[in-house]
Amino acid sequence: MKKPSLLFTFLILAACGTLAQSGGQLRFCLHSEPKTFNPVLMQDDASETIRYLTGGVLVRLNRQTQQLEPELATAWKIGDDGKTITFTLREHIRFSDGTPFSAADVVYTIEQLMDPALHSPTGDAFRSGEGKVQAEALSGNRVAIIFPAPISGLDKQFDQVAIMSARSPLKEMAVLGPFVVSENKAGAYLILKRNPNYWKHDANGRPLPYIDSVRLDIQQNRDIEMLRLTHGEVDFINSLDAEYFDKLASQNPAMVHDAGESLDSEFMWFNQSANSPLPAYKKAWFASTNFRRAVSGAINRSDLARIAFHGHARPAAGPVSPANKFWFDAKLQPHPFDQKAALELLAQEGFRFEGDVLHDRDGHAVEFSIITNSGNKYRERMATMIQQDLSGIGIRLNVVTLDFPSLLERMTRTFDYEACLLGLVNTDLDPNSVMNVWLSSSENHQWNPNQKTPATEWEAEIDRLMRAQASSLDPRQRKEYFDKVQEIAWQQEPFIYLVNKNALSAISPGVHNVHPVVLRPQVYWNIDEMSLTSEVARSH
Amino acid sequence: MKPARLIAIAILVLISAGCLLANLLAPAPYAHQFRDLTDAAPSHQHLLGTDDLGRDRFSRLLYGTRVSLLLAPAAALLASLLAGLIGGTAGFLGGRVERAVMAGTDLFLSLPWLFLLITVRALLPLNVSPVVSVMVTFALLGCLGWAGAARVICAGARSFSQSDFVLLARASGSSGFRLLWRHFLPNLKPVLFAQFWISVPVFILAEANLGILGLGVAEPLPSWGSMLRELESLSSLSAQPWQFAPLIVFVVVVTSFHLVLTRQELPA
Repeated sequence: MKKPSLLFTFLILAACGTLAQSGGQLRFCLHSEPKTFNPVLMQDDASETIRYLTGGVLVRLNRQTQQLEPELATAWKIGDDGKTITFTLREHIRFSDGTPFSAADVVYTIEQLMDPALHSPTGDAFRSGEGKVQAEALSGNRVAIIFPAPISGLDKQFDQVAIMSARSPLKEMAVLGPFVVSENKAGAYLILKRNPNYWKHDANGRPLPYIDSVRLDIQQNRDIEMLRLTHGEVDFINSLDAEYFDKLASQNPAMVHDAGESLDSEFMWFNQSANSPLPAYKKAWFASTNFRRAVSGAINRSDLARIAFHGHARPAAGPVSPANKFWFDAKLQPHPFDQKAALELLAQEGFRFEGDVLHDRDGHAVEFSIITNSGNKYRERMATMIQQDLSGIGIRLNVVTLDFPSLLERMTRTFDYEACLLGLVNTDLDPNSVMNVWLSSSENHQWNPNQKTPATEWEAEIDRLMRAQASSLDPRQRKEYFDKVQEIAWQQEPFIYLVNKNALSAISPGVHNVHPVVLRPQVYWNIDEMSLTSEVARSH
Repeated sequence: MKPARLIAIAILVLISAGCLLANLLAPAPYAHQFRDLTDAAPSHQHLLGTDDLGRDRFSRLLYGTRVSLLLAPAAALLASLLAGLIGGTAGFLGGRVERAVMAGTDLFLSLPWLFLLITVRALLPLNVSPVVSVMVTFALLGCLGWAGAARVICAGARSFSQSDFVLLARASGSSGFRLLWRHFLPNLKPVLFAQFWISVPVFILAEANLGILGLGVAEPLPSWGSMLRELESLSSLSAQPWQFAPLIVFVVVVTSFHLVLTRQELPA
C-alpha cells in the first residue's frame, strides 16, 4: 500500500488547524461592571460571567445534555442518608499561579461558602438545617462534605461552586478555570488571559482553551452592542430580545440563533391576598378557580407568542418549561384558546354575559386592572392583547404600567392591585430553586403570600408535595411529587402561564464550535472549546 | 392676510375637522387588533398601514390627534394662566412680594417632580378609564408646568413697571387694578402667547414620557405621545416610512399654530 505523502499529511493537519484555530481574542459585552471577583460572594450577572470563565468546579452541568459531568472531581458519591457527598479529585492540577490543587482547597472553599459572616448567596443553596456544614480532607485527593440535613439534588449544586486556593497569596485571583483575570479597567473593560495551568486537553492532546484571551467590554446600551456586533467589534451577544433578533436577522441571517424555548416564562396572576384592600366581591372572583380558568381560556397564547414576541416564544403550559428536560411534565399542554368554554365556566359561577358586558351574580360589571412594569414593550404588548381577548367575554381590563419600585410596593407591601403581569427568569433546573414561590408561607408566594396556614386545600397539597420532593433523595420519586405540583398548578391556575420565551443569541461567523443552548450561559457554555477563524484572531 | 397664514389656518381647520369627525372618517376602531395584519404596509383598507399589534394607524392617528390637540393646548392654557397670574402679579407689585414669589417659584422648580408624580400615581386608583387617565395626566402637566413661564413673565412685567408708558399712566391717575388690566396685561400678551406655544409641544412629549410612571394616556387610547414612542425603534423607519405620519402631523400643527400668530405676538 502506498504511504500518504508528506504534503497530503500536511494539508490534513492544516485543515484541522483551521477548524480549531488556536489563539486570538474573543470579545463580548457585559451589561454592568462585575461587583466582585470573589466566587462565593457573586450574585450579579456580570460577576457570574467572570466566575464561569475563570472558576474551576468539581462537577459541571453540561448545558447541552443537562447532565452532570466530572471536572475537578473524577468521581463523587452521595451517602445513603443524603447528608454526605464524597469527591475524588483529579490529581496533578495547579491553580493559575502554580499553587497545587488538593482536598485542602475544597475544604477551604466550603468553609468560605458557609461562613455566616460572608453571607454567600451561593452558599444559601447548601443551608439545609440547623447545624454546621463540615468539610473534611480524607486524603490528598478525597474530600467529604457533611451537611446537617439531607439536600436533594446535592451534586448539581456544585456546578456553581468555584474552588478557591487555600494557600495562594493571590487568594481568589488564583483560579482553576480556563481563563484568569489579567486586566480590569473599571467601568470600561476586562481582559481575561488563558490560564497557563488549565488542566483540560482536547482529543488530540492540545491544551485548552484554544482562545488566547477574552475581552469583556462594559456596555449597557443594547443598540451600541448590536452596532458593535455588526461592525465586527464584538463576537457574540449572549442573549437577545425578539426585536433585536429580527433586526439582525434581516441584515445578517447567518448571525442569529434561536435555540428554542428557554426556561424563562411570562405569566399573570390575580391578587388573592386576604390583606388586600380590594372589595369583597372582587376577592370572590379572584378566589374562584373557574373564574381564573375562564380568564386563562379566553387568552390567545398563540397570538401572544406570534405577535408580542414575533414568533420567538411558545405558549406555556405550566411552571416548568419544556426546555427543562427532566422536570417538565410532558402530560401538560397549554390551555387552549376557547372563549365559549370560558363563558360556560363563568356561567357555572353565576356570571352573566349581557350586552357585551360580563356581570357577576350580584350585578357587578366585571372590570379589573392589570399592572406591569413600564418600559417592557413585550409585557405592554401582551397586556394590550389580553385586554382585547378579555373584551371578547365581556371583561373590561385596564392596563396600568408602573415603575418597578411602585410595582414591588403594591405586590409585597400594600397588596393594592388586582392582577399583575410579570415574568420569571429561571437559571436553575431543580424545583428546590422555586420552593420560595410554591410554599404558601413564603413571601414570594405572589398570589397570596405569607400565609400562616394554607388558605385552600390545593395549596396545602402543594406545600406537602414540595416538602416531600425536597426531602426525597430518589430523583424519580421527586419527579413524581413535582409532576403533581405542576398538575395542580395547571388545574387551579394561581399563576396563568402565558408564554415561554425563546433563547435568542447572535454570533459572528468567525467564531467556531459554538452550540447555543437554552441554559445560561447560552453561547459560551463551552468556552474552552470555542475557537476563532484565523482572520478574526488576527483582526482582534 | 399673508398666504402662509391662510394656508396654516386651512391646515388647522382641516386637521381639527378630521379629528373631530374621527368617528366617521376612521376606517376601523382605533383599538381593534387585526392580528393577521400586524406591521402591514399602507393599503386601501389601512391607509397608513397597521402597528405592531395590527391596529389601523390612520384611525389611531385621527383619535390620537383629537386627544392631543384638545388636551395639550388645554394644559398649556392652564399653565400659561397660572404663570401669568403668579409671574405677572409678582412683576407688577415688585419689591418684597416679587422676591418672595420668585423664591417660591425657584423652590417649585427645584422640587423632585419624579417623586411627586410617583406619589400622585400611588394616590390614584388603578381602575380608571383611559379617558380619565388622559384628563388627569394633562391636568397634572398644566398644574406643574407654570413655574418656568412665570419667571419669564415676571421679568417682562418688571421691565414694564419701570417703563415710560406705565410712569405716564401712573401720573395720569391710573389705579393699581386699572393699571394691571389696561396697560400691563395687553403688553404681556405676546409673552404669554409665546409661553403657551412653547408649552404645547413640550406637554405632548411629556405625556409620552409620563407613560413610564403609569400616568400617560392608557392603552388602548392613542395619543401623539404614545404614537411618537413607536419611533424609538429607529432601524425599522427606513423600511416603514409611514411610521413618520404622527411626527409629520405634529410638526405641521405646531408650525401652523406659529404661522397663525400675528407678527406682534411672535417676537416675544
